[in-house]
Amino acid sequence: MADFEIKDLRASVEGRQILKGVSLAISMGEVHAVMGPNGSGKSTLSHTLMGHPGYTVDGGSVLFKGQNVLELEPDERARLGMFLAFQYPVVVPGISMANFLRTALNSKRGYDGKDKSKQVTPKEFRSMMKSELEVLHMDDSFLPRYINDGFSGGEKKRAEILQMAMLKPEIAILDETDSGLDIDSIKFVAEAVNRMRGPELGILIITHYTRVLEFIKPDYVHVLVDGKFVLSGGPEVAERLENTGYAEWGHAEEEPKEVA
Amino acid sequence: MATVPKIEVGADYKEKYGFFVPEEYVFKAKRGLNPDIVTEISWMKQEPEWMAKMRLRSLEIFRKKPMPKWGADLSVIDFENIFYYLKASDKQSKTWEELPPDIKATYDRLGVPEAERKFLAGVSAQYESEVVYHSLQESLTKKGVIFTDTDSALRDHPELFKEYFGTVIPPADNKFAALNTAVWSGGSFIYVPKGVHVEIPLQAYFRINAENMGQFERTLIICDEGSFVHYIEGCTAPIYTTDSLHSAVVEIIVKKNARCRYTTIQNWSTNVFNLVTKRAMAYADATMEWVDGNLGSQITMKYPSVYLMEPGAKGDVLSVAFAGKGQHQDAGGKMIHVAPNTTSTITSKSISKAGGRTSYRGHIKIYPGANNCKSFVKCDALLLDDESRSDTYPYNDVDAENVTLGHEATVSKVSDEQLFYLMSRGIPRAEAETMIVNGFIEPFTKELPLEYAVELNRLIQLEMEGSVG
Ligand SMILES: Nc1ncnc2c1ncn2[C@@H]1O[C@H](COP(=O)(O)OP(=O)(O)OP(=O)(O)O)[C@@H](O)[C@H]1O
Ligand SMILES: [Mg+2]
Repeated sequence: MADFEIKDLRASVEGRQILKGVSLAISMGEVHAVMGPNGSGKSTLSHTLMGHPGYTVDGGSVLFKGQNVLELEPDERARLGMFLAFQYPVVVPGISMANFLRTALNSKRGYDGKDKSKQVTPKEFRSMMKSELEVLHMDDSFLPRYINDGFSGGEKKRAEILQMAMLKPEIAILDETDSGLDIDSIKFVAEAVNRMRGPELGILIITHYTRVLEFIKPDYVHVLVDGKFVLSGGPEVAERLENTGYAEWGHAEEEPKEVA
Repeated sequence: MATVPKIEVGADYKEKYGFFVPEEYVFKAKRGLNPDIVTEISWMKQEPEWMAKMRLRSLEIFRKKPMPKWGADLSVIDFENIFYYLKASDKQSKTWEELPPDIKATYDRLGVPEAERKFLAGVSAQYESEVVYHSLQESLTKKGVIFTDTDSALRDHPELFKEYFGTVIPPADNKFAALNTAVWSGGSFIYVPKGVHVEIPLQAYFRINAENMGQFERTLIICDEGSFVHYIEGCTAPIYTTDSLHSAVVEIIVKKNARCRYTTIQNWSTNVFNLVTKRAMAYADATMEWVDGNLGSQITMKYPSVYLMEPGAKGDVLSVAFAGKGQHQDAGGKMIHVAPNTTSTITSKSISKAGGRTSYRGHIKIYPGANNCKSFVKCDALLLDDESRSDTYPYNDVDAENVTLGHEATVSKVSDEQLFYLMSRGIPRAEAETMIVNGFIEPFTKELPLEYAVELNRLIQLEMEGSVG
């Protein structure tokens, strides 16, 4: 059995069914890419996996570490080892990035304000931060800024990967992390992700473009159309899409519009 | 209405107040309000005759003025069932054990040190910062700064006192200002001479005087030309009082080129009606800043105001209100532009929870001829659930030309998207909500000295857990 198993997942938004039976098995060390046209349900998949309250699960299960994560709160899923890099990272005014990262790290470690041994020390925090910032070619000037507030599209995406690096998940879902990034930024992000790649991490990378897959080489590629996988295979699937687009599944070639 | 047992004057009465008390005379605190009680208060304090007369005159005004019909419902206040004057020594005679368990528990959770708790609870007039206070006093005195309690100021600086007392807020201003003028006791008096900058904030804390926590404090601050002072009153730990009416008056005069900041964070126990009149007069190029945080109490009505008297004057109000179950925070600000080229801003943040109610009430008045004024009002309300409520009542009177007036109001709920984002990083729901609320009031918190900011965030956390007494 794979480490992370999505079985026949069905989900709806505002009464409309979007995911119509998605199954996917991810084992540690693997990178799976999910590709699909706009509106095919990719973000619905990522949000449903993470437990966004706006998405209703109509059926199926997601097994991870012996639990059906669909029954857990988002924070419990995160503490179990899941991570979602958002397609549209959320602005939260009044909370500094540094405070946010520290709080998240403490929560992840099970620090509840009592057992000080679990608390991340300022020194530890700084040194963790420093090395990750370097890889992502970010400077620490964004740390006192409010969460994603006034960040450029590219900065937001890099900040997501920074959070991933700090929180060290076991299952990471990257929802269009490459969109809105220039080529240099894609390289930095890919480098950071590749550093984390290994037998301790399974990755689900959602994207429109094959470009990012040149830097983060997937083991498997799945094509999502209208809430269902219509094709799964190795890296060659991405190449095929590169040439033919989604036309063969009844979707006209469209240049995806991205506002990050 | 809470009851207080009859208390005999403490043994140290005589040395404390230093006037002759006939051996057989035992002062008993009496409830109710009448000329005899007012006269007695003045006599006990050995006040000059003008003050005794002013008190009596104010009592008359108080009686004649109707209760305000707008704002919160005040009809339940029973003026005849209140002690208008208790000596500090009387207040101390309560014991720690007598405090309600929820108040004690809150002190525990806040981690307030024992000595400080007793001070806050009014069970002890002793406070650790005694030493700090004395050294502070020395350095202030050298610069000619006066920082004392208002009763002492009347005694020790009679001329200065008489020149300014009641000039910013005359007794006839409103019913509660009249009441305060009739029965006031305690409060702070500050005089900062020309050109003097007081570098560290002056805190009411430093004054070791239980009367500081009184119900009818009267504060008077005079910033002479080009001076600066930051005064901080209150603290975030709940102030427990068995008396259910707190009606203070704060008068501030900010002269040419001077700047005054007045920071309040108050967290009254939830039986208290907190009705406070705060007003400043700002002269040419002077700046007055009110930073006002209201938590606790049953009802708060408080609208700090600035009268912008001469060109270049600037007024700021930054306020936060938190209303939980059964609470109504009716707060806001008033900016009265008397002179041209004056500017003002009011920023109000309110949080309502568990059926609590917050109201923003604001008044911007621009007098005829006060041209080229600018005023900006921003009020943001955060509702934590569907039972809670928030309203805004902005009033504008503009009779001048070339005026820039801005008003922005938002009412929002804790956003699902923000909550999901924080939770997706492993932060539990309650903690994430608290973070969002603290983030919401951050524009306020960042104006506070660090230790107050930390305390306020911790207090919000307790309020969010619904565990505050
Ligand atoms: N909160 C919502 N309210 C209403 N409809 C929604 C909501 N979220 C998603 N949808 C709808 O569900 C469908 C799938 O959306 P989803 O965001 O999953 O697509 P996607 O594959 O991620 O697209 P993109 O490539 O543009 O990011 C779309 O038709 C979208 O309009
Ligand atoms: Mg999407």
